[in-house]
Amino acid sequence: MQRHLIRFLAFAAVAAATLGLAGAGWAADVKSETIDAIKKRDQLICGVDTGIPGFAFQDSAGKWQGLDIAYCQAIAAAVLGDPGKVKYVGTTAKVRFSVLQSGEIDVLIRDSTHTLTRNTDLGLATGAINFFTGQAFMVKKNLNVAHVKELDGATICLITGTTLERNIADYSRANNIKINTLLFDKSEEAFAAAEAGRCDGYTDDGGSVAAARSAMKTPADWVILPELISREFLGSYCRQGDERWSILVKWVHYAMLEAEVLGITQANVDDIKAKSDNPEVRGFLGLENDYGKFLGVDNDWAYRIVKAVGNYGENYDKYFGPLALPRGWNNLYTNGGLQYPLAWR
Amino acid sequence: MVRRPSRRAYWAQWIFLAGLVAIGGLLIVTLGANLARRNMQFGFGFLTAHAGFDIPFHLIGWTESDIYAKALVVSLLNTLLVSAMSIAAATLLGLLVGIMRLSVNWLVRNLALGFVEFVRNTPQLVQIIFWYFAVLQTLPGPRQSIVLPGGFLLNIRGFYVPDLIVQQGAALLPWLAGLLVVATPFAWRLKIGERRAGALALVLPVIALLLLNLAVARVELPALKGFNIAGGVQVPPELVALWAGLTIYATAFIAEIVRSAIEAVPKGQHEAARSLGLRPARVLALIVLPQALRIMVPQLTSQYLNLIKSSTLGTAIAYPEIFQIFAGTVMNQSGKEVEIIIIVMAVFLTVNLLFSAFMNWYNRRVALVER
Repeated sequence: MQRHLIRFLAFAAVAAATLGLAGAGWAADVKSETIDAIKKRDQLICGVDTGIPGFAFQDSAGKWQGLDIAYCQAIAAAVLGDPGKVKYVGTTAKVRFSVLQSGEIDVLIRDSTHTLTRNTDLGLATGAINFFTGQAFMVKKNLNVAHVKELDGATICLITGTTLERNIADYSRANNIKINTLLFDKSEEAFAAAEAGRCDGYTDDGGSVAAARSAMKTPADWVILPELISREFLGSYCRQGDERWSILVKWVHYAMLEAEVLGITQANVDDIKAKSDNPEVRGFLGLENDYGKFLGVDNDWAYRIVKAVGNYGENYDKYFGPLALPRGWNNLYTNGGLQYPLAWR
Repeated sequence: MVRRPSRRAYWAQWIFLAGLVAIGGLLIVTLGANLARRNMQFGFGFLTAHAGFDIPFHLIGWTESDIYAKALVVSLLNTLLVSAMSIAAATLLGLLVGIMRLSVNWLVRNLALGFVEFVRNTPQLVQIIFWYFAVLQTLPGPRQSIVLPGGFLLNIRGFYVPDLIVQQGAALLPWLAGLLVVATPFAWRLKIGERRAGALALVLPVIALLLLNLAVARVELPALKGFNIAGGVQVPPELVALWAGLTIYATAFIAEIVRSAIEAVPKGQHEAARSLGLRPARVLALIVLPQALRIMVPQLTSQYLNLIKSSTLGTAIAYPEIFQIFAGTVMNQSGKEVEIIIIVMAVFLTVNLLFSAFMNWYNRRVALVER
């Protein structure tokens, strides 16, 4: 009886929402629930990692730094004009999607892999990929292991709630070996167990493994194995049902790439804005065309992004340079990498 | 307004019940609407999907191609295992520490006091994590395992027990042997005619041993192979650490319950026993404890139920119990948070209600009948 009641009310809700959206579609303005909420609140609530070098971590002064953090600041700069108007909500791998689905955060930028299951079953919208990598393994040098296939019978520590567990199981089955797993809730505990020798190694996506190695007592004791056993293309997640918001988040990433393609950095953006008469640059910085208005923000949104955080290359070098992780796949398409901005026009 | 008080009470109760049902209905309807708004389906069909992940410690067989429903069973068995072990150990230790608290010896008494106060006033999660990393730091790596007589191995990966490989078709015999061993204390107290069976019951463990002998084909000793130890049955350090953490924490509380129960036995009993010439240890064993143990059953029930629920703290140290596996990995992969939390709560509710029903029956059986 209650099942039917739920179904009926669900149908009524969806019907009402459809009619509402249809009515709203007639209006000329960009209608986005999330953008309106952010503007009203005058703050962006960004879901990030609880603390991993490279992506999102707090420095000794308590200030948030990292590639994912740069994106949060870029979105805040684009929508609200001030990169400081962000509230960072640290989420563990286990709860990150529930926190997004429930509406507690506006966007999840937390080194999360884009997968079919998450896109459909969890009802989340994927934007652009901000970090191309795969699942990597880190083992102690003194184990004399050169390839992942040699880890038959080894125990590997990892964090629960990710794509990693399944990947290891699939890889083991495909290669007829057995890799045992030990699942932890928090990365600190996983690192401590790996240091103590409870497991033979640690696994995570390539960027996080580089970060984990830097967090070990003697990073030189650890070696990252060359194979990537899966695709881990990391990007932001938004709730489904608010297309204009996920479109905006996606184009913030493309803006940071476009700035790098056009050679605009945080240092020279003012200079270029004053002097350039390249139509592509002028359109990008908002001096011509109405790209910002189409997205639902001001026209100088891209200028504000570059002024606030710089372009993609600058951020990558700043946060992953110290971890000795070369750009590889994350280089621009013009340099043989996979990062490409779509065209503006 | 309704005049008669009894009539008013009658109507008030019905109105209150209607109010509760209305609130409950409102919550369910809101849930349904919210799920629909986020394009999420409510349903328990996900339980038949393939798991695709490995569970490091399992009491029954587990492979990656098993379904989520079996993951629930495996992780529930892990929870029950650590809870049972902790309840047994905590009761024995708690009894000991409780009696120590009332010792005439100053050192013994204050040692127990210090222990109880320290353990009771520090957070349980911190204690469990402490035991895990304390255990981890002191044990050697697999290549330098401590070898104990009998083929047992101890290292950072766990405690390895030689495995008894059962012959084909003799799978039931070890269970039968186990049953006989468990039945021995009950057989001991069995009344045959006028007298109790007593030492005659010892024939049961002998039969069990003979059955085991028949059933076992060979003994597999744990040995170093590659990265880890192969062969043997592995008791993971996570289990030992969780068992230690839960036991120590519950011991402090049970010690206080034991102490208060002993002090609740009328002082006259103790004095009369002493005046009969019984030494303090005999007084305790024959007069005081039999009475005290009966009083503390309801309070012990609460402690046990708490212990079963706190086994979920095992997620912090990677012990694969129900919260870590089912409300963790499965929830993450299937995305069905509401359904899974409902299942986990229902499972705990069932386990705890059954357990407390048993304890209440036991309580009624041993309770002193007052005149």
